[in-house]
Amino acid sequence: MSDDGADAAPPPDRAHAEWLDALAAGEGFALVCPRGHGSLPPRRVCPECGSSDLSREALDETGTVETYSVVHVPSPRFADDAPYVSAVVDFGPTRLTGVLRGGDETDGPPAVDTGDAVAADVGERATDGERLVVFRPAGGD
Amino acid sequence: MTDVRVAGVGLTPFGSHPERTGRDLFAEAALRAFEDAAVDRADVEELNYGNFMGALAEHQGHQAPLMAEAAGVRCPATRYESACASAGVAVREAVRTVAAGDADVVLAGGMERMTNLPTDEVTEGLAIAADDLFEARAGVTFPGAYALMATAYFDAYGGTRADLAHVASKNHANAVPNEYAQYRKEVSVDEALDAPPVAEPLHLYDACPITDGASALVLVSEEYAAEHDLDAPVAVTGTGQGTDRMALGDREHLARTPAADAAADAAYADAGVEPGDVDVAEVHDCFTIAEVLALESLGLFEPGEGIAAAREGVTTADGDLPVNLSGGLKAKGHPVGATGGSQIAELTRLLRGDHPNSGHVSDAEVGVTHNAGGTVASAVVHVLEVAE
Ligand SMILES: [Zn+2]
Repeated sequence: MSDDGADAAPPPDRAHAEWLDALAAGEGFALVCPRGHGSLPPRRVCPECGSSDLSREALDETGTVETYSVVHVPSPRFADDAPYVSAVVDFGPTRLTGVLRGGDETDGPPAVDTGDAVAADVGERATDGERLVVFRPAGGD
Repeated sequence: MTDVRVAGVGLTPFGSHPERTGRDLFAEAALRAFEDAAVDRADVEELNYGNFMGALAEHQGHQAPLMAEAAGVRCPATRYESACASAGVAVREAVRTVAAGDADVVLAGGMERMTNLPTDEVTEGLAIAADDLFEARAGVTFPGAYALMATAYFDAYGGTRADLAHVASKNHANAVPNEYAQYRKEVSVDEALDAPPVAEPLHLYDACPITDGASALVLVSEEYAAEHDLDAPVAVTGTGQGTDRMALGDREHLARTPAADAAADAAYADAGVEPGDVDVAEVHDCFTIAEVLALESLGLFEPGEGIAAAREGVTTADGDLPVNLSGGLKAKGHPVGATGGSQIAELTRLLRGDHPNSGHVSDAEVGVTHNAGGTVASAVVHVLEVAE
């Protein structure tokens, strides 16, 4: 939980909140079954094969942008964030979906292409300060 | 197993009816379906009703009994929800019920009310069809999700915004003579290309509109149709459904829709037909790229080749395989929970010969409908054939 006034509402899902905490601490992980299927918590079984033998596996430090879109028409939760880059990034044991940021958004959303290398972190929505998965260019600024 | 006949179809005009309740919309569609069917509503044994966001749009849950009242039937009534495939699954269960001999007459369809909400609330409402924790909270909108698929498609197979603009232009042209369509105006490829972006590479004319409307079908057994001397020449000969991982990012391939592959395979096997037998299709083009993905999942085009179909004229009204002669979701409109039923209503009329666009498919005997939910985590495919 954050320590400011924004924590009046309970986290909507404890496992998800703890997973975000881990990602923010640089310890992002996936749950992986013996056959190598990765998924994100909360999970009791592997969604691909049903195995209950799930263990935590660290995400790759750097991921690869598989697809992206510059979103101009947002949902209300992202009203002040648009335009922004929505992206799906491969981090090894699983993919993550989040918002790609360049650091300085004053000139609009950052340039991006499939195949770009990015790192995963946790940021805040400009609209309401809620936490979300963000990606930043890997290897320098 | 018995043959399932489409005895009657009914639609409301699709469009903006913010002053009308959902119950009134469904009542109109059902009334029209009963008139078309010439079936006594007292013979209806079940109501299968699709709706997606009625709890948000009308503050109304538990809609099935309400819609049974609106249609004037008293029988077991159930609401089905599978996002934009809600009516598709409702119809599919009606087809299975009749085919299994569990009922002779089932009323199926759906309704959605959307324009009474501000656009941003509709955007939010549609986003709940995505995984809330890992997609919607992470910035994925409904157009944004299909935009992610479009970028992945272009990356994997090639294709351009112009190819997609041809899909939009084709479907708008098809909607012009359709009295039920929301947008009966032509849109040129250049107009589509010049429209403002929604979620790149998708722009305004790549997206379906926000629509109110309802659909209703009276489905009967072949025996009932014969006993009552019904004029019901079109049969639903195949039904199939598929489910995939909820989140787009969890799919093996970001530019393919395996749930629709599975639904199509099952529906073709059920009907005993092959993709090559299909003469006409109504597919779920909530976004232009979705039509491309649908054509490939239906086996009508190889992966990577569906993108050129509209531009090359194969799927236009005068082409070898007309697709979305109704105007599609794109121009006819997309009242989410009604769409799966409206596709079958339109295809039935196309095959019967009483659709304004029937002239383009006067020799058609086999048609297919494709209805998708979310980013195709749910898909329903039906095969319709001219039985007599
Ligand atoms: Zn597994």
